[in-house]
Amino acid sequence: MAAFYKNILARWQYISTHKFFWPVFFVAGLAFSIAAATFDILDLYLQLILIYVGINIILTVSLNLVNGYMGEFSIGHAGFMAIGAYTASLLTVNIFPAGALNYLFPLAIVAGGMAAAAVGLIVAVPSFKTRGDYLAIVTLAFGMIVKSGIENIEAIGGPRGFLGMSKLTTLPWVFFWTVLSVWVIRNLVYSKFGRGVLSIREDEIASDLMSVNTRQVKIIVFVVSSFFAGVAGGLFAHALQFINPRMFDIIKSTDILIMVYLGGIASIGGSIIGAVIYTILLEILRPLGIWRMVLMPLMLVVLMIYRPRGIMGMREARFFVPLRDLLAAKLWKQKKKEASDASA
Amino acid sequence: MPLLELKNITHRFEGLCAVANFNFQLAQGELVGIIGPNGAGKTTVFNLITGVYRATEGSISFNGDELVGKTPHQITKRGIARTFQNIRLFKELTVLDNVRTAYFGEALYSPLEALLHIGRYRSEEKRITERALELLAIFKLDDAASELSKNLSYGLQRKLEIARALATNPQLLLLDEPAAGMNPNEIKQLMYFIGWIRKTFSVTIILIEHQMRLVMGICERLVVLDFGATIAQGLPSEIKSNPKVLEAYLGEEAAK
Repeated sequence: MAAFYKNILARWQYISTHKFFWPVFFVAGLAFSIAAATFDILDLYLQLILIYVGINIILTVSLNLVNGYMGEFSIGHAGFMAIGAYTASLLTVNIFPAGALNYLFPLAIVAGGMAAAAVGLIVAVPSFKTRGDYLAIVTLAFGMIVKSGIENIEAIGGPRGFLGMSKLTTLPWVFFWTVLSVWVIRNLVYSKFGRGVLSIREDEIASDLMSVNTRQVKIIVFVVSSFFAGVAGGLFAHALQFINPRMFDIIKSTDILIMVYLGGIASIGGSIIGAVIYTILLEILRPLGIWRMVLMPLMLVVLMIYRPRGIMGMREARFFVPLRDLLAAKLWKQKKKEASDASA
Repeated sequence: MPLLELKNITHRFEGLCAVANFNFQLAQGELVGIIGPNGAGKTTVFNLITGVYRATEGSISFNGDELVGKTPHQITKRGIARTFQNIRLFKELTVLDNVRTAYFGEALYSPLEALLHIGRYRSEEKRITERALELLAIFKLDDAASELSKNLSYGLQRKLEIARALATNPQLLLLDEPAAGMNPNEIKQLMYFIGWIRKTFSVTIILIEHQMRLVMGICERLVVLDFGATIAQGLPSEIKSNPKVLEAYLGEEAAK
């Protein structure tokens, strides 16, 4: 039996590191999600859960970039989400012509992401001088500013919220954006900027002294992270068709934090696992009513005792690692052996 | 023209004067030692040169470029690299990634190319990975390339830190107490090692060290600091018998 699983694992590792894995996975997933949305393969409730899973994956992966890879502690992720949600909703409801909404929807999402990214650029500035707990306070304050800012703008509904969005967030779109965000963030992690991000977490001064432009790296991290939070916000708004400022308060930020630490810091695979488990468990436990909010934190406490770094904790699923990085040391050994054989 | 020139450098932490009116010149190819009792300001001098601190007064020029006011990575890019008194590797990163991080300034691709893994990303990553492995091979660390650097032994960590510093392609290498925590035998090896690095990578070296045996053995010139000021300068043999130095190290009574 053990040999059987080992066999499957080896097969999976072979498949998952193949260079066609990503394109095939992307096309197949997109095809399935389109089919599921058009031909009633999945009922609407199940589709909605999958949509939330996708949105939560985007949020978790993007927050993990700041909290896990860079080792900072941001508690303002819901603020970026709110900016994306309101920007995209304002565009689809008030500005874009109603007839072409289906085609203009991606543009609205991108605009939401861009708006959030622009604000992320501003939040990056205090991170030049501040670290750790103090930066956490800055992001906390940022989240509060966004929430109370929106509450005080009557034109977008103030505390009552904003509605009138059509249900534009479909399963294929969520799938597309989820894969895109995971792919882009994984690309960033496995580049010189990604190594810069990790070295800032390990030792910022040493990193700067080893030629890493730490300010540039921090700007990139905050912009990319907030861009995808904005994208998630736009998708969220058009899935729920109603948003209000209270949805994006500190509780929402904490939810995302929980998914990050549940899945494991500095791990894309972990973020996906964390988001999937958390979202689905919350749904499964819905019949428990208010007890759900007792059971979930309890599970987290247990997890933190036995796996303080989350399920994946700093490890990465192999198929997120580019082949070049996975095999670098192995190929080098081979090359060295060949060279020594040739000389012998 | 000297490679590095510090003119009237003064640095104060609040009221405390860590370095006072320090003057120093270094020619290409030299191996100079900075010694002095604990708290004399030796590491502060390194921090001033590499831009970790900004000098309160004075100027530092390297190859004719003014360094005061530049950020550490800008200074590193101009050709100054350093190691640390207490090892400061990126512990949770692999040996290979520790070195590859130091190629940040050398890998030429834009953030957009990094985000989409397009354009120069592929060729540049391949190039720096190979260079990093070649460098590790020179230090016989290539077999440990995929180990986390925190799992290396103390001696190998010291070696890796020097390799990482050399990855930035420096002209000037600053070594901050490389012999800390080493036994006499290891110090002997380190002496050969430093001489070998100097020849192989043709770098100019400044060395901070407490181990007199090492300093006297390999340095061509010594600068003695005490309370942030130079108290003596010259050949190791001269420093050995300099009364001011003996006083700083052993106290007034013993110096007599």
